[in-house]
Amino acid sequence: MMTIPPVVRPAKPFDLELVKVTKRFGSFVANDQISLKVPAGTFHALLGENGAGKSTLVKCIMGFHQAEEGDILVHGHSREINSPYDAYQFGIGMVYQHFTLVPAMTVAENLVLSRPDTPGIINWKDEMARLREFMQTAPFKMDLDTPASELAAGQKQKVEILKQLYLDSKFLILDEPTSVLTPSEADEVLGLIRDKVKAGDLSVLLITHKFREVFGFCDEITVLRRGQFAGHGLVKDLTADDMAAMMMGGQRETKIVPKAVRERGPAGLEIKGLCANKDNGVPALTNLNLTVHEGEVVGIAGVSGNGQRELVEVLAGQRPATGGELVVHGASYHGTRAETAEHGFFLLPEEPLRNACVPQMSVAENIAFRSFDRPPMTRAGCLVSRAAIRSFAQDLITRFSVKTRSPETPIGDLSGGNVQRAVLARELGPGTARVLIAANPCFGLDFAAVESIHGQITEARNRGVAVLLVSEDLDELLALADRLLVISHGEFVYETTPAQADIKTIGHHMAGH
Amino acid sequence: MAIPTGAVVVALALFGLFCAFQGKNPFAVFAAINKAAFGSWYSFQNTLVRAAPLMLTALCTALPARLGLVIIGNEGALVVGGLSATAAGLACATAPVAVVISVMTLAGMVGGGLWITVCGALYYQRGVNETISSLLMNYIAIAVLNHLVNGPMRDPSSLNKPSSFPIPDDKMLPAMGDSNVHYGLVFGLVACVIAWALMEHATFGFKVRMIGGNIRAARMSGLPVARLGLITCFLAGAAAGIAGMIEVAAVHGRANESLAAGYGYAGILVAFVARYRGLPIILVATLLGGILASGGILQRQFKLPDATILVFQGLVFLVILFSDSLYGKFKFFKEREA
Repeated sequence: MMTIPPVVRPAKPFDLELVKVTKRFGSFVANDQISLKVPAGTFHALLGENGAGKSTLVKCIMGFHQAEEGDILVHGHSREINSPYDAYQFGIGMVYQHFTLVPAMTVAENLVLSRPDTPGIINWKDEMARLREFMQTAPFKMDLDTPASELAAGQKQKVEILKQLYLDSKFLILDEPTSVLTPSEADEVLGLIRDKVKAGDLSVLLITHKFREVFGFCDEITVLRRGQFAGHGLVKDLTADDMAAMMMGGQRETKIVPKAVRERGPAGLEIKGLCANKDNGVPALTNLNLTVHEGEVVGIAGVSGNGQRELVEVLAGQRPATGGELVVHGASYHGTRAETAEHGFFLLPEEPLRNACVPQMSVAENIAFRSFDRPPMTRAGCLVSRAAIRSFAQDLITRFSVKTRSPETPIGDLSGGNVQRAVLARELGPGTARVLIAANPCFGLDFAAVESIHGQITEARNRGVAVLLVSEDLDELLALADRLLVISHGEFVYETTPAQADIKTIGHHMAGH
Repeated sequence: MAIPTGAVVVALALFGLFCAFQGKNPFAVFAAINKAAFGSWYSFQNTLVRAAPLMLTALCTALPARLGLVIIGNEGALVVGGLSATAAGLACATAPVAVVISVMTLAGMVGGGLWITVCGALYYQRGVNETISSLLMNYIAIAVLNHLVNGPMRDPSSLNKPSSFPIPDDKMLPAMGDSNVHYGLVFGLVACVIAWALMEHATFGFKVRMIGGNIRAARMSGLPVARLGLITCFLAGAAAGIAGMIEVAAVHGRANESLAAGYGYAGILVAFVARYRGLPIILVATLLGGILASGGILQRQFKLPDATILVFQGLVFLVILFSDSLYGKFKFFKEREA
């Protein structure tokens, strides 16, 4: 019999293999006998649609979940990983989709904090000396004394990756690390990680939706579909269509809803001289004017942090305006429930779980947010009918293919894409929308979901809905918008149409010149 | 319900230890509590009389909790409700009993309701922490009570315990049938059932739960957050105000320092243990009412001080708070979650 060597933190990358790993939540099988092999020093992509079980699988590797069946082989030995600390001991580290930095602490403090063996009393002189030495060899340079709260998204993501290198992880799991980065930042970060892999310092398992990243940086892929293994192969042997077929089950249909040619309708939404402050009281929007006509998609492009979030929050009633006025269908609009219903003023905000859902309430209740206080869901003027909510939601859950165990499941238990679909179902499903505000509606979604949301938005536009689309994805804006505005420092600085758009000019205005 | 039940069991075990350290057999103490609280119809009546105000004061914490506000001004709202009811009752003391009781109830609700609405308004208008403000307002309420019964409202014939003029005996809230239990219990039961229906089945409760669950989503849905919050605060204070009215109209017959007997604070505990739900509040209030009713027995039979019952209450409180904060940190909890 082979003896299993004791755990020593590895100095070099190692093979990691999953053998028939199964993880269930109640009766729901999140991972069904999944096998996956990442040879030492390779860059491996884990692909799959939302809810395919990618995050669950890597959480099993990290020890957040324990697989019910199957083995995890580290360097050829079957290992029990019961906690993230165990994973650390094996040299496995993970960079999450969402940041895990303490905003009030500096980069250096965050790095030291991340060590599982942080001493009770920290000798900052020694630590700083060691950190500076580490920074000499680090792939990206970072000012150690900057508080994390002052870092931009791209820099935060870099710190997250630095943290893993500082912890000397040899197997790095990246869960959609580029979803918060601009394309050039993404290329830079992944490129530097790629260099570490090539140098034989690291193995990487990358969860992604973006084929561009797969072709640009990865060696091998494994594909999951609905919790099951759906394919594997070397990137050089595969085409994007092959991968898409694996993810979708070979029946990918590209359905781009054509934009109907239509006359510009009357004004749907008018923003007149709008002003609003950031959280810290500094003006974010100054005297913003904009008209969105019925049957038109107006796109707003801009580098994040130029007032887009504040604009959407004012429109959503989540932030008070400090000046100016909103006019909808010619009438002054204040976002009351009666007005939202009357004007069909609906929103697809970013981070739907944070902005548009109550996590502990059920999927059905969340879908009913727009209509629970009207018949048939409200009976006798004041009582909510659970049965009516359920049947209303059940229909939309089916139509928008929201994957949920039941309509009574708390919406917080759903995967991100399915939360998004549930919100889409609520806002667009009943077809009563006449004004639609969408903010990064496809953030972090796979292409099938993106296609379906884009289709829904175009369909709404063709029906005569006035659509305001705020997005950080220029391709999305160019595909959907009829007019494109560039926002910079809380002001619209440039207007064009997708037909005349020149990417360089747009980029120039986005950069604030 | 697993957590609150578990917490009460753990608190009972700790309380047993406490009794053992006092040299008393814990099982004998438990048996005596049980007997004093639920042992006979006579003792159970005693329990119900104490449960009635607890049901009402518990709602003062439970309703705003669904909205995400932690209000602990129950004692103050009870006192102000009792004072308002007394003043109103004295003003119309010559009217028929049904009118007097109705006017007192209304006055108690308005007094207690406005008292807690102040905390809500401070929160929504100025961002003042509602827990702190409601706690501090308890002391203001008690000071106002002492001022009034020592000054403007004082009955000169009340010598050793300054009190207001009394409500005439025939205008007080009577006992039900030939029992010792007064109609205050009906007020408590009805209020809890209404609160349950309001929060779990009414459109209003749906809105309140949206706000409590995610205020951003509630705002996006066009809900008037502050208005709903103030209404909820008013209802909460009104419930505690009725408790004060009952204490005056059914028990003391007048306003004096006995109003601030701790039913308000005990109501916070009831709300916590009942997880802010209307129907469980009835059960928990009855249990705690029984434990309060057994205080005398512990003193007489075991020579334990009166405050022993407060030790038990405190233990339940601590264990509930701990189990809330520890929830999810142990494997034991984690597995069940999945």
